[in-house]
Parts: sequence; C-alpha cells; structure tokens
Amino acid sequence: MKKTLSILVQNRPGVLSHVAGLITRRGYNVESIAAGPTENVKITRITLVAAGDEPVLDQIVKQVRKLVDVISVEVMDPESITGELAVVTVSAEGAKRGELINLINILGLTLTDVREDSLTVMAAGQALAVEMALTSLGPFGIKALARTGLVSLTRPTGRQAKEDAP
Amino acid sequence: MPVKNKPTPASKKTQAAKPSQDARPSQDARPRQDAKPKAARPQAPKPAAPAKLDGSKTIVEFMKKAGVEYVFGYPGGAVIPLYDALYGSGLRHVLTRHEQGAIHAADGYARASGRVGVVFATSGPGATNLVTGLATAHMDSVPLVAVTGQVPTTSLGSDSFQEADIYGITIPITKYNYLVKDPRTLPDVLAEAFHLAGSGRPGPVLVDVPKDVQISLIEAGEPKPVDIPGYCESPEPDPAALETLSLALGLSQRPVIYLGGGATIAGVAKDILTLAERLDMAVVATLQAKGTFPDDHPLSLGLPGMHGAKYANLAINESDLIVGLGVRFDDRVVGNVRRFAPMARIAHVDIDPAEIGKRLPVDVAVVGDLRRVLAMLLAKVKMTPRPEWRRRLAELKRLHPMVVPPSQGAIKPQAAIKALSDRCAGEAVLVTDVGQHQMWAAQRFMSNKPRHFLSSGGLGTMGFGLPAAIGAQLARPGVPVALIAGDGGFQMNIQELATIRQYNLPVKIMVINNGCLGMVRQWQQFFFSRRYSETIFEYNPDFAALARVYGLAGRRIEKPSETIDAVAELMDAPGPALLEVVVEREENVLPMIPAGMGQTDFFEAAEEDGQ
Repeated sequence: MKKTLSILVQNRPGVLSHVAGLITRRGYNVESIAAGPTENVKITRITLVAAGDEPVLDQIVKQVRKLVDVISVEVMDPESITGELAVVTVSAEGAKRGELINLINILGLTLTDVREDSLTVMAAGQALAVEMALTSLGPFGIKALARTGLVSLTRPTGRQAKEDAP
Repeated sequence: MPVKNKPTPASKKTQAAKPSQDARPSQDARPRQDAKPKAARPQAPKPAAPAKLDGSKTIVEFMKKAGVEYVFGYPGGAVIPLYDALYGSGLRHVLTRHEQGAIHAADGYARASGRVGVVFATSGPGATNLVTGLATAHMDSVPLVAVTGQVPTTSLGSDSFQEADIYGITIPITKYNYLVKDPRTLPDVLAEAFHLAGSGRPGPVLVDVPKDVQISLIEAGEPKPVDIPGYCESPEPDPAALETLSLALGLSQRPVIYLGGGATIAGVAKDILTLAERLDMAVVATLQAKGTFPDDHPLSLGLPGMHGAKYANLAINESDLIVGLGVRFDDRVVGNVRRFAPMARIAHVDIDPAEIGKRLPVDVAVVGDLRRVLAMLLAKVKMTPRPEWRRRLAELKRLHPMVVPPSQGAIKPQAAIKALSDRCAGEAVLVTDVGQHQMWAAQRFMSNKPRHFLSSGGLGTMGFGLPAAIGAQLARPGVPVALIAGDGGFQMNIQELATIRQYNLPVKIMVINNGCLGMVRQWQQFFFSRRYSETIFEYNPDFAALARVYGLAGRRIEKPSETIDAVAELMDAPGPALLEVVVEREENVLPMIPAGMGQTDFFEAAEEDGQ
C-alpha cells in the first residue's frame, strides 16, 4: 500500500534534515520525496510517497505531524492533482532511431538533446502519464534517468468554470 | 595502594573555591532561599534608544528573567564570551567535572523539580559529550535546554578546531534544535526553546550559538510571543472517546491502571489516587511513574513487565481492561505484543498522538493532557466497588510475595536496598543508576511521592545516577537525596564526586559492589551458558577510600550484620557520604520475563540453577 503525503513545513534551515532523518531512523520506506517553495515564502511543501501497511502509514503521518516545523500533513486522495517530471536519456542507434522519434512525438515528450547514439527527452505531466512514457521508452534502453518525485495538490473545491478552455 | 595525602586535595579545592564564591556571592550554588540576585541589577531602565546587549548577555539575562535557578555546565573555548557574561551576573552556575555530568545533573534537577534544566557546554567535544544526556532526556521526556558554543559562523563547515555539527548530530535526540546564525533571532529562539522544552510532551532542546553570535550586539527587547504554527502542546480530548472510556470502566470487572511517566509529568497523583480508589482499579507503575501512585497502597502492584512482581504481571494477564495513562507500551513492560493482557481491552491516554497505536493496537484512545482528561473522566465515573477484584489482587500478592532472599554469608543486595528504603521511610528522593541495583530498587524501594524516584528508564544510561543526584539535591535542598549505584555505572561518572564536595551537597551514596556488570552477567548466565565475557571486574578501587579522597565520608561493609547500622550511619552523616556494600556476586534480578516473551513466561529459579 502506498500513500502520498503533502506536508507543509516552516521554511527553516535544517527542516529537510528533520523530515528525512525521521524517515530513516524509524525505518520507513519512502519512494520519493520532493520539496519546493509554495505561494508563501515562509512555507515549503514536501511531497512524500511512502509505502507500508495501514498501521505503518498511520505512524508515519503521526510522527511527521509531531515534528515542530511541520504545519500540516495531508494524506492525498486519488482525486488530487499529481504530477512529476522525468528527464531521460534513451539510446537511439540504427534502425530503432526512427521508431523512437515517432514514439516521442506520439507521447508528446519534449526533446532536449540529440546525439548520434542517444536522445534525451523530458516527460512531464500527470504521474500516470510519466510512468507510461517511461515504460514505453524502456525497451529502447534507458541510459540515464532523473525524476523529481511526485508533487501533489488537492483539487480546488470552487464551482467548475463554465467557459471553455481557450 | 598509595594513600599519600588523603582529604587534603579536596579540602584545598574547596578552600580555593571559597574566596571566589564570596567575591561573587550570587555564584554560590548552595543556598536557594533567595531566588533574586543579590547583586544590583544591571542598569535596566530603558533610555530613548533601545539598549544593546551582546548575544552572551542576551542569553544570561533571558535565563534570569525566565527564573532559571541553576545552570549546569563546563566552559571551553567557544563559550568564553558566554561564561564572561555569566561572571557576576547572579545566574548560578554549577561546575561539574565533565559535560556528561553537567547534562545528567540538569536532567536530575528537572526530574526532581518539574522545571526546565539548563546546561552549557563548549563546541566540538563539549557538545558531543552532551549527546548521551540529550538522548537520555529525550527518551524519558525530560525538559532541558542545552546551550552549546560553536565556532564562528565564518568558520562553520570548514572543520575548524573543536568544530562538530552538533545541530545535525542531535536532530534525532532532541525535541527540537537550533543553530543560531543571525544574532537578532536569539531572543525569539531562547523563548521558543524554553517553551518547547517545557510544554506538551516535554523534551530536550539544543541551541547552538556560534562564538561571533555570542559577541554581536543586538537590540535588547522582549522576545515576540512564541508562535509555532502546527505545534500543538495540548490537544483537546475527544468527548466521544472519553465517553467510551468511562463506559469501559463501568463494564470492567478487573481493571488495571498502567501508569507511566506522563502521569508524573502531568502532576496528577491525586487524581490517579481518586480514580483508582473510586473504581477499585489495580495500579502498575513504570519506572518513570514510581511514587506517583504510592507503593504502599493496597491497590499498588508496583513495577510491571520484565522485572515486575509476579502478582503485577499476573494481574495484567487476568485483567479485562488495561488503562494506559501517559505510557509508551515499552517493550520492557509489554514483552510479546501479541500476548500482552490477552483478556483485556486496552485504553490509552496520552498527550502525544504519535504514541497511540505505535507498538500495539488499542481499543480506546484519548489524546490530551492527562490533567484535563482525568478531570473530565472523574466527573463521569461513579463509585464502583469491586470486592472480588480486590480479593484476587490480595490473593496474588499473598501467593507470589516479593521476598528478600536469605543470605548465605555475603550481603544480599536486595537486603541492603530494603534497609535503605526502611531508613528513608518514603521521604527521600532516590536516584538510581542503571543495572541490577536499579531493578532491585524499583522492586523494593518504597516510593510514595511523585518525583521521588529518578532513574534513566528509556535509554538505560549507566553513569546517570551520580550527576543526576547532584541536580536532584539542588532542586530539593531540604530533602534527603540518596543514590544507589552499581560498581560499574558509578565509575562512568565518578569524577562528579568532586562536584558533590565542591558544593557540599549532602548526597548519600550506596554503591552496590558485586564486582561485575551484574545485569549483563545475569543474561550471560541465563542465555549464554555462563560465558562471562568481559563482565567481571578483576580490579575495582576501594570505593570507600576513594570517597574519602574526594572529601566525602566513606565506609565499606561486607557482613549482613553490618547493614542496618551502616545504612543509618550513611543517612545520618551531616554531609555527603558513601557506603560501599560488597554483595553476593552471582545474585540475579528475579522474577524475570525474558525479552519478547509473554506476561506469564517467568524465568524460574530452577532454570537459573540448572544452567
């Protein structure tokens, strides 16, 4: 079982050490952790994807919440908006190159570097889409991969807008 | 053994210390009557422009205003400005002989008084010497503020002389910690540190102050009111959960209160007594709760768990409702989680939500300050006599009494501890070190008042006892303070005998000398076929003579017939005194439930002999 936690913390020096240290010393399994600023300069949002059974996940939430710098911990529901960015270098030699470029176009990935033997692309979007892109690129041979880890926001609750998107 | 100049060095030391103390009367750590500094207050009236203070003075003045009675500490290069600010300031400082001694003393002070203990140490090794003390306090939720010096901010991170990343090192063993890089934040940091240390579930807070921050001038002023978003010191108890708990209490036939350190911290001894008596609940008390429910009460079953009395563990085993009040369901109490209190529903009240369900699932959980929870609960529950349960408890006690084993020549340590207990008659503050003597004391020393039994429980820190007794005696100047230590742990902070002598603290020390690391030896006997790997001390000093060299009274006994008289002499000594009791080497702490076993898996004495 997996849970995505959205943690708001006071932007103090050492706050990441406090959160990361807690995870390590209590032996929790964390799949990804991503931190960055929010609309308020004093507050940082840490998105953490943790794995474990229900009691363990429950403990993680409580222990994180207990940290003095932590303002709130939200357990994200599947409806929330979740995104990720991945940069991936894929080997592109010989006959497979054309096929790969085709796939990149179909998936709408951003080509960021072109070499004789490799292509580097960026995949960004909903977590599932990024996961799917990486799965599709896998057979070509992934030479290097960097992922940001998930970030997540609760879907706003205001009334849905009537006007069409431009 | 060279016995050159016995008490001379010690008395010289005191004499040498005297004049300087007279010159700075407010530095004298002994009397406590006058909380206010005798020296004229530094010119406080505010001129038009706000006065400027340097970082060090800011720290010292803050502590004076906060009502800090004693700072325990040890100077060094990175805190020279801080100690300069201390000089003649009226803030009383206790100079120990090791930083570890300082922090355990601050801890003992905090445990005995319920106030925040304060410790100063220098950077690098001074700071790292606090680590064991911080971890000890963290495990037992003891409020401490540790101020450490640090290399100047301009040298941070460059492996300067006596630099250690004490901020990073202490993250896991403090409630919170600070590295103050901007001197202007110092007043707010100090206010937060004291607030965090003492509120909610208390704990140690470390404030690391680089040397340049100590000498930077900042505008003096009141710190901002503490505002830490997300820090909830005392959650409001859920009325529905309380209702469930009171219903469960009404339905139970065999309820047991499992009392922990949280009850001692919350100061709810009276409410616990009312609750237990009104509902005829048995009470088991952990090391940290010992005395918070009187040991001599008919409903008291003493210590639960690994070395608890058989009747305590059997009562838990037969209980249909365990009510944990300020406890952690620690492994030394619970043993095998699956076999703990098999017939009971489990209720848990704690101020820390993260303790709920941490080690085992509970049926009823109430999160909140025990003081408030008990007040609300007592308003709900009515007198419910349970004569059947009382009868059964009395029967269990009769069937499985906690006896002192008869001597076969050598003194039984249990008998020596019992003699000390009888002599103290529930009035003294007892401090223990860690090991067999600690468990014998927990089993047999009568404690009837909260904060009168001080022991390192969670971390089990050998070397804790002697310095903690110093802090306890300073916190409770009019009360006898006794220390029981083993010959192992006593030697881990033995240098603090000098501190006891310097401040003439009338601590009474009983060293239970079995010439070995008894608790580990016992496990080796039971579980490692008596292979006593490195647990026997082939040499020990003459502890009584050593005490005399440090300027304490010292006596050593080996015969059972001497015990009562020697204990009386110890407790009647006008000043600090030490009694070395040479005891049976292979004595064991029994009963014992081996680690991870069920509540009734008592390790039998027959097995002990059969090894």
